[in-house]
Amino acid sequence: MSSADIAWARNDYSRVPYRVHHDEEIYALEMERIFRGPAWSYLCLEAEIPKPGDYRTTWVGDTPVIVSRDKQGAIHAFVNRCSHRGAMIIRELRGNAERLVCLYHRWCYSNSGELTGLPFRQGLKGEGGMPKDFDMKAVSPRKLKVENLSGMLFGTFQPEKAEPLEKYLGEFGVGIVKRFLNRPIRILGYSRQKIHGNWKLYAENLRDTYHASLLHEFFVTYGVDRATQKGGVRMDGRHRHNMNHAYAASDTQDDAKQAYADTAARLDRMQLKDKKLLSFKNEFSDGMNLAAPTFFPNALLIQINNSIGTRQIRPKGPDAHEVFQTLFCYADDDEAMVRHRLLSANLVGPAGFVSMEDGEAIEVVQRATRAERDGACAVIEMGGRGAVKDETHRVTESPIRGFWSYWAELMGVEAPGGIR
Amino acid sequence: MSPSPETRNALTALMAEYGMTIDEDRLEDWVELFDERCDYRVVTRENVEQGLPNVLMWCDNKDMLRDRIDSYRNVNEYNPHYDRHVLGPLRFTSEDAGVWSFDLSYSLFQTTLEGESRLFSVGRYAVEAVFRKDKPLLRSVRVIADTGQIPSLLATPI
Repeated sequence: MSSADIAWARNDYSRVPYRVHHDEEIYALEMERIFRGPAWSYLCLEAEIPKPGDYRTTWVGDTPVIVSRDKQGAIHAFVNRCSHRGAMIIRELRGNAERLVCLYHRWCYSNSGELTGLPFRQGLKGEGGMPKDFDMKAVSPRKLKVENLSGMLFGTFQPEKAEPLEKYLGEFGVGIVKRFLNRPIRILGYSRQKIHGNWKLYAENLRDTYHASLLHEFFVTYGVDRATQKGGVRMDGRHRHNMNHAYAASDTQDDAKQAYADTAARLDRMQLKDKKLLSFKNEFSDGMNLAAPTFFPNALLIQINNSIGTRQIRPKGPDAHEVFQTLFCYADDDEAMVRHRLLSANLVGPAGFVSMEDGEAIEVVQRATRAERDGACAVIEMGGRGAVKDETHRVTESPIRGFWSYWAELMGVEAPGGIR
Repeated sequence: MSPSPETRNALTALMAEYGMTIDEDRLEDWVELFDERCDYRVVTRENVEQGLPNVLMWCDNKDMLRDRIDSYRNVNEYNPHYDRHVLGPLRFTSEDAGVWSFDLSYSLFQTTLEGESRLFSVGRYAVEAVFRKDKPLLRSVRVIADTGQIPSLLATPI
């Protein structure tokens, strides 16, 4: 029996063995069957490569990828690895060039990822060189199919097996991308966080609305977000994507005090001296002040008050991943709004008042479960067992079970009679 | 523009205190090294070099600094650790109407409760300082971290 086979204790994925976060073989299969398989991965934002010749480097799983725009304006994505001997073609984060040249032997690539030339191909003075029938096209870097949804770029390595992107994201997914990217945006910058834990612990965290107001006490203490507010979880039909969300000012201080007895005293005592961090300009017609739609396997759109951005999960072996966050504003924001969004960035990111905790929570899970090679499991029953469905409350972690169900399907290890 | 030995000494001592107050977990004292009108932000070299304004932390007045520390003490969860700053010499760049501008390199190590140390962040401070009744105070500290990939998380100031 391969170590990638999983004996699920229950068919609703309410028990998940810890070894899935540590096993090298499982990790290698995830890279093959999910990230280089039929899933759609988030690549970057179109606004990062606005002009012909622009490129930026990114990661799909642990495969390095170049996303580039050709002279005609079309967007391409291909593996950032020279066809010749495997060197990374582009080492910079971003740039603009008419052709992309590998440093090792100067093999040249077009902006669409085709190998277009190599030095000494004909040899010198009739000697050496490549065989006459050498086929450059046949060895060009592997390409991804790219889809552009309102400026958010997704790619897949297996378009023949993948669903069309809009079907993959589902009605809710397409709608929420369009909500965030409802008009031209401008990039405000990046943040990176190296979390020493398996990438799926982060994927779980994003689907776990139960932890939000408990681990991130800033939310409750200062009233940014509490489970007593109206909100819920919303998924696609296959339950692989999810959106935790909440509506601004939809509860009272008394509701919160009852629900959070442990922290109730603090609700009265603690006040921010400078309250601008909590100010929220309602800019979306749906009134949500918190929206965190996450798309299988590697993407998150995040709005906390007026801080908005994307996050990309970049696995770095079974024991680590990078969370790469891109913060943006709208192109028509005035200077005051940009400043407000930047100050709101104090809430999110590696030092975020309501996000720093995730790094620690994930790392202590990784540390405490490292020794597990047999049956020990996580218990995922908050919100109920059995079928997974949308909820209009947030006392649930069932979207995590949806994640595992789809993960198991792509990995070819579904539980007998497993829910979907 | 060259500072007098007294000025240089006073500002060098200010920065030594800056590092030590964080390393000794006297963050409330660290806040008091700042002028009432002040600005503290942590940015990364990756963003600065691309001309992007993103911040990891930004307090644009002293109350926000107090809030940051208050939240750290009472509200946030983080990795329990010790900080250790190693600071380079000050390089003075300008003096304008009593505002001294200088920068210096820093290395910041973190050590777990079990005694395992790692390099947490390396970079540069770009500082503006003023004197109030001979006492040096920080007007602006811009932490420009070469270490753009934050290990684990960033809870205590750099």
